[in-house]
Amino acid sequence: MMRLLHRIFPHPHLTFLLTVVWILLANKPSLNSLVFGLILGIIIPFITQPYWPDRPKLRNWPKVVEYMLVVLLDIVIANITVARIILFKRDADRQPNWVSIPLELRTPEAITVLAGTITMTPGTVSCDLSAQGHCLLVHCLDAPNVDEVRDQIKQRYERRLKEIFE
Amino acid sequence: MTFLIELVISFFLIVSGIFGFVGSFGMIKLKDPMSRLHAPTKATTLGVGGVLLASICHSVLLEGMLSLHELLITLFLFLTAPITALFIAKWHIHRHEKPSDLPDAGEDELWATHAVEQVEDVPAHTKT
Repeated sequence: MMRLLHRIFPHPHLTFLLTVVWILLANKPSLNSLVFGLILGIIIPFITQPYWPDRPKLRNWPKVVEYMLVVLLDIVIANITVARIILFKRDADRQPNWVSIPLELRTPEAITVLAGTITMTPGTVSCDLSAQGHCLLVHCLDAPNVDEVRDQIKQRYERRLKEIFE
Repeated sequence: MTFLIELVISFFLIVSGIFGFVGSFGMIKLKDPMSRLHAPTKATTLGVGGVLLASICHSVLLEGMLSLHELLITLFLFLTAPITALFIAKWHIHRHEKPSDLPDAGEDELWATHAVEQVEDVPAHTKT
């Protein structure tokens, strides 16, 4: 029975997400959109199955919620900081800097999430990965102290992602 | 009551307007291309977020209808914006930065953009 369920829903989270996205797109909850969303939610994971051969399992759901809240809060705070830099700091005083972040994460999905988070929090943009994927290159808008930025990213984001993915 | 709701909605709209403006202003003020890349990431986070919050408040509180497809805009933005930024950054590294200009890449020695230029066959992705 479990095996049959697994065959129909190879990726239950994706099925759930696709259904919810479809209902949100329709913008009013109805049986109609629920059924069609479920059909999409079954077909799409089934077709895309070969593209994620060994995807990581998310075990720690409370941590995922915590991570999203931390990132949202950081986005708001960093937005204000960056707005102050752009408006009030003279361009000559600003110290743009490259930061190299050695990665402890090894799962490609986790590194993707980390890089995306770094780009979405204003003030830092992730630019490149080292040749074998052991380091992440980040550009900072204003970073007099490179070590501080690196430690903060490792402390706030990478540690949490490690708990979620690995 | 309606006045209070409108006050909240206009607050969100003004916040998003300010951050949208700062994002565009940054494009003019910042001088180097890598710093300019930071400006649009501002506009897509709080700038767009403010409009979406205002839109949700408007439909829920004034029209009495739950409308949440604004959340999807946030979702799609968070998926696409980092990828665009990465493309532009990689182009910049490819055209304007030498390996000696960038910080140390640790044990791998080269950043991926430069490694592709120098090594003909790209090393296979190592699985751990």
